Amino acid sequence: MSAFFAQHAFWIVTIVKIIVLLFVILTLDAYLTWFERKVVAHIQSRWGPYRVGPHGLLQPLADGLKFLFKEDPTPAGVDKFVYYLAPFLALSLALTSLAVIPFGPDPIRIFGYETNFGVADLNIGLLILYAITALGVYGVALAGWSSNSKYPLLGGLRSSAQMMSYELALTLSVVGVLLMANSFNLRDIIAAQGRHPNLGLLGWNIFPQILGFFCFFVAAVAETNRAPFDLPEAESELVAGFHTEYASFKFAMFFIAEYTSMVTVSCLCTILFFGGWLSPFPSGPIWGWTHFLPTVFLGALGLYLIWDGFHYETVFGRIVLPGIGTAFCALAALFALSPAVNAFIQGPFWFFSKVLVFLFVYVWVRGTLPRFRYDQLMAIGWKLLLPVSIGNVLLTSFAILKWGAS
Amino acid sequence: MTAQLIIFFVLAGLAVIGALSLIFQRHPIHSALSLIVVMVALAGLYLLLGAEFVAAVQIIVYAGAIMVLFVLVIMLLNAGVEERTNFSKLAATAGIPLAVALTAFLAATIAKSGPVTTGVRPGSVASTQGLATMLFREFVYPFELTSFLILVAILGALVLAQREKRS
Repeated sequence: MSAFFAQHAFWIVTIVKIIVLLFVILTLDAYLTWFERKVVAHIQSRWGPYRVGPHGLLQPLADGLKFLFKEDPTPAGVDKFVYYLAPFLALSLALTSLAVIPFGPDPIRIFGYETNFGVADLNIGLLILYAITALGVYGVALAGWSSNSKYPLLGGLRSSAQMMSYELALTLSVVGVLLMANSFNLRDIIAAQGRHPNLGLLGWNIFPQILGFFCFFVAAVAETNRAPFDLPEAESELVAGFHTEYASFKFAMFFIAEYTSMVTVSCLCTILFFGGWLSPFPSGPIWGWTHFLPTVFLGALGLYLIWDGFHYETVFGRIVLPGIGTAFCALAALFALSPAVNAFIQGPFWFFSKVLVFLFVYVWVRGTLPRFRYDQLMAIGWKLLLPVSIGNVLLTSFAILKWGAS
Repeated sequence: MTAQLIIFFVLAGLAVIGALSLIFQRHPIHSALSLIVVMVALAGLYLLLGAEFVAAVQIIVYAGAIMVLFVLVIMLLNAGVEERTNFSKLAATAGIPLAVALTAFLAATIAKSGPVTTGVRPGSVASTQGLATMLFREFVYPFELTSFLILVAILGALVLAQREKRS
């Protein structure tokens, strides 16, 4: 067994990593729907899901079961092959793009085999991401076309035009970052932002590349078809847009694809502009206490959950919530007591915190901004984002020529 | 058989099947999809050669941008299933001999070429840096002239579209 493992260590470890990542990301997607419903509800002065499980925590499970057991009719007159291909394409491409994201700095040791935190570490990581995003249009466009219905067709047309227009700005807006890092590799891009460890968060790309970040984030929200750019599925005009004719799990596949691309975009924002796994605090003995921030956050969350759980209405909640809280507190204690674990957890902790912030911004924007009109959408893409990102490329190039890359 | 050879044959087979399906499909969308399969398979072949940048650009530009435009236009025009006609006389008399000649030429070239060279070394022409040096240093004038040509073509398209609107 060990000889077999030693011989094929790379394949086995990669497959295990893919399975773990799939499990984590699908769970995250499910709870992202819960998070979104909760946050939007609170923005609109409602409670959101509350009935299924304590604080509605089992709602994603119920939704998933519902998707599985619904009838799955195929509408008459659809182009069968393309109709079945479209959701598959959307989901698989969205999940593939996560493979190139690095989640933490330090390699992990599994049975003596050292491996990176993240599935694939490619020299052209960012380009591969763009290639996959570029193909992602087909999922939506083909779904709209193959459904043999006018609303999906209009949604598909809108989305292909929208994604084509915003892809330009999306690509050009990161050229500044690439110029500063001198690499397409996502690890190198993060490393370039940590060149001056004494600066802390001032060394991140967000400060010199604020224009680039603005263009990137707006274009990325449009590219993922999220509000306020969700014209392809504008329910007041197109029923549900490109996925009107899809039901049951095929609809769920589109849904999961959308949430997965939200996670990918948040990871990308973190990596390209906000220093990836770098801590926002400068390194140095005065800032040593910041290493215990993961402990403090987790411990505070755990204690709050325990306190909240004892007051909860249902018996189930009074058991489950303190249980989760205790688990969090135990984890926090583990971090505090073991320096090795604490050092290892720093990178992933900051990475996931930043990703969570961006996911919150996604939901926040959806809860506050109204949808754009179609001509406004095109005007923003072509007349604002594109010139600004081209200007950003020129500015960055001149600055690097004059002052050097760092 | 090494893993590389297996991957090569899978990708090459995909490309050939995609190309054949592009011709034999009756519906424009299916033909466009087949063409996308060809493009992606070709990108895989480039990747196998070690030309990462070219592979990514192949997908971004051809499969991502140009084919999306094709699909968009087919959807916009709502093109139906194509109608088959009989062989035209020109295709029968000139086309078949020409196709045979092309195949013979390709086969002869492949047969004459030496043993297969291995993938591109990092830092050579096909890498990002090598490509940039080629485009912006060694061949900067042809490159700029080509971009100028493309710009002229874009302006020409714009002028043509505008004229139709005015009349």
